[in-house]
Amino acid sequence: MSSIHPDQATAERLAGLGQVRPHPIPAGSGDGTLIDDPAVRPPLVLNNRSFRDVTDIVCGYVENKPGKWWMPTFMMTATIAGIGGLFILYLVITGIGTWGLNNQVGWAWDITNFVFWIGIGHAGTLISAILCLFKQKWRTAVNRSAEAMTIFAVICAATFPGIHIGRQWMAWFLLPLPNSNWIWPNFQSPLLWDVFAISTYGTVSAMFWYMGMIPDLATLRDRADRRLRAGGEGPVLLPFLPIRIDRIRGYVYGFLAMGWRFSNRHWHRYEAAYLLLAGMSTPLVLSVHSIVSTDFATSILPGWHTTIFPPYFVAGAIFGGFAMVLLLLIPARELYPNMKDLVTKRHIENMAKILLVTGSMVGFAYAMEFFIAWYGANAYEQFAFINRATGPYWWAYWTMISCNVLSPQLFWMKRMRTSAGVVFFVSVLITIGMWFERFVIITTSLNRSFLPGEWHMFFATPVDVMIFVGSFGIFVTLFLLFLRFLPAFPIAEIKAILPQASPHHGHAKGGH
Amino acid sequence: MAPPSRSRRYVNEAGDRIHGVLAQYATPADLFHACEKVRDAGYARWDSFSPFPIHDMEEAMGMKRTKLPLAIAGGGALGAGLALLMQFWMSGSDYPLMKQGKPFASWEPFVPITFELGILLASFTALFGMLAFNALPRHYHPLMKRQRFLASSDDTFFICIEAGDPRFDPEQTRRLLESTHPTAIELVEE
Repeated sequence: MSSIHPDQATAERLAGLGQVRPHPIPAGSGDGTLIDDPAVRPPLVLNNRSFRDVTDIVCGYVENKPGKWWMPTFMMTATIAGIGGLFILYLVITGIGTWGLNNQVGWAWDITNFVFWIGIGHAGTLISAILCLFKQKWRTAVNRSAEAMTIFAVICAATFPGIHIGRQWMAWFLLPLPNSNWIWPNFQSPLLWDVFAISTYGTVSAMFWYMGMIPDLATLRDRADRRLRAGGEGPVLLPFLPIRIDRIRGYVYGFLAMGWRFSNRHWHRYEAAYLLLAGMSTPLVLSVHSIVSTDFATSILPGWHTTIFPPYFVAGAIFGGFAMVLLLLIPARELYPNMKDLVTKRHIENMAKILLVTGSMVGFAYAMEFFIAWYGANAYEQFAFINRATGPYWWAYWTMISCNVLSPQLFWMKRMRTSAGVVFFVSVLITIGMWFERFVIITTSLNRSFLPGEWHMFFATPVDVMIFVGSFGIFVTLFLLFLRFLPAFPIAEIKAILPQASPHHGHAKGGH
Repeated sequence: MAPPSRSRRYVNEAGDRIHGVLAQYATPADLFHACEKVRDAGYARWDSFSPFPIHDMEEAMGMKRTKLPLAIAGGGALGAGLALLMQFWMSGSDYPLMKQGKPFASWEPFVPITFELGILLASFTALFGMLAFNALPRHYHPLMKRQRFLASSDDTFFICIEAGDPRFDPEQTRRLLESTHPTAIELVEE
C-alpha cells in the first residue's frame, strides 16, 4: 500500500509542488505487481493513479485520435470481413455444395468454426461473471474488453449454423413457430436446445455488457457536455459541416447512458442487479457449452457419444477464450498510452495460470477419452480413437496435442508466464490448437463411420477457408470499433478498487 | 419510498423554484461521514452522488434493501413457467409427433430450454427492472444543469437535500451541510 494519498500526489504534481515519487518497485517483481508474498497485496493499478487519471486515461482512448496504426489495421480487417461477407453471399446464392462437405462428412469447418467461436466467448463471461462472484478484483482491468470479445465472438459463431442450414431463407424453422404442416420444432433435439442456449447467451451477454457500460457512457457524456459548456473551438464533424463532435457525443452517449447521474440510491440497485446478472451468467455460460456438446454427445457416433463432453467442452472453451483475451490485450497494451498501468504484468500472469490449468484439464480429457475407449471395450470406439491419432487426420490430432497440452506447460516457469511475448506466442498456438480440437472431434468421427463403404475424406475448399478468415475479419473489426468508440475499461469499477476509494481510507495506516 | 413532497415551495431571489441544496466533497471518506450526519438528522428526500459505488454506503445513507432481487426472481419464474407451458403444449398437446419412440411429453428433454428462458427473462428483469426502479431513462434532471455537478462522473462527490423533504429548511439544512466539511455548497433551482 502506498503511504501517500494518490489524489494528493496528483494535486501536488499539478501545483508544481515537488516531484512525484516513483513507486518503490521491489526487485524481481516485474512492474511491481509480481509479488509472491500472499501477505502483500500488489497494486491493481500502477503509478498511484488518482480518480481523475483513470477517467482521463480511459476516456482518452475514445476522445483522442488513435495512433497511426488504427486506420490501416481497421481498413485491412474490414476488407477481410467484407471479402468473407462476399463469400457468404456466394454460398447463399450457390448452396453449401461449395463447401467441401460430402455425403458422410456433413459437418466440417462450419460447425468447427461455430464451436470455436462460441467457446472463445466463454472466457469473457467467465471473467465478468465468475470472477465477479469470487470477488477477484483484478478482473476490472480486463472485464469490459473480454465482454466485448464475448459478444463479437457470439456474432461470428451464430453466423455459421445460420449459413450451414443450406436454405438460409428457412432459418425461421429454428424458432418455435409451426411450419406449413403446422408441426412444431422438436423440443427433444439438442439442436433446438442449442438455438435457445446461444440466443439467450448472446442476449444476456449483451445486456450485461451494456449495463456495465451505463455509468461509463455517462462519464463520456458529461465530459463532452463540460467541453461544450466551456465554449471555444473543438473538432468538428466535417470542414463544411460544422457540427462539433462533442455535440454528437453528447447526444449519442447521453442517449445510451439513460440519464444516469451517479446517485448512490441508483448505485445500490445497480449493484444488486449486476451481482444477480453475474450470478445468473455463471450457470448460463456453463450450460451453453454443455448444450453445444450435447449436439454431439447425444448421437451414437463413436468418439462423440461420451459423457465427458460437457465438462470437457466447458474447460476447452475457457482455455481458448482466455488465449483470445490475451491475443487482443497484449498488443492493445503496447499500442495504447498508459494501458500498462491498468493491465499489469500480474494480469497477464494470472491469465497464463488459467491457461495452464484449463490446458491441463483439456489434456486430461484427451487422455480420459482414450482410457474409456479401451476400458469400455467397444471396438468402434477404440477404432475411432486409434484412427484419430494414427489415421488420415493424424496431423490434425498431433497439432491439437502439441498446441493445447504441451505448449501451456511452459507456464510452470515463472519467467515464461510473466513475459508478454511468450504468453502471446503460446496464445497463438492455443488458438490454433483449439480450432484443431473441434476439427478433430467433428471430422475424424464423421469420416470413418461404422461401415468402410461410408468412408470419405473431407477437403476444405476456398469457400470454406475464406468464410473462416472472414469471420476473423468481422471479429477484429468489431473489436477495433469497440476500442475506438466505447469505454474499453470499466471506469467506475476501476475507481472503486483504488485504495483511496474506501470510505475508511486514511483512518488507519496501512489500509484496512 | 420517500414521503410525498410538501406543498410549501421555496424560491430564490429570481423567483425560480428551489430543487435543493447541493454540497460538494473531495473524498469518499468525507462523503461517507457527511451522509451519516444527514441520515441522523432525519432527512428522507436526499441523495448522494459518487463516481463509483462506495462500500457500505447503504448503511451510511440509511437505505432499505432494494426489492429488485424479488422482481428478478419473479421474472425468472415467469420465464421458466412459460417455457414449460410452451414445450408441453406444443410437443404434448397441440401436435404430438412420434420421434424415436420417445414419450410426447416427458419433462427431461424440456429442462435445457426451461433453464435458458428462465435466465433470459430474469436477466431482462435485472436490466430493465434496475432502470425502472431508478426511474430511468430520464431526459432531464435539475442537477444536470449545474456545471460543477458534472464532475460527479469524474472525481467529485456530492450530497443533495431536496426542498421537498419535510424537514427541509433553507437555513438549517445549509448549516447542517456546512458542518460536514464540504468543499462547496450551492442552491439548485428546478
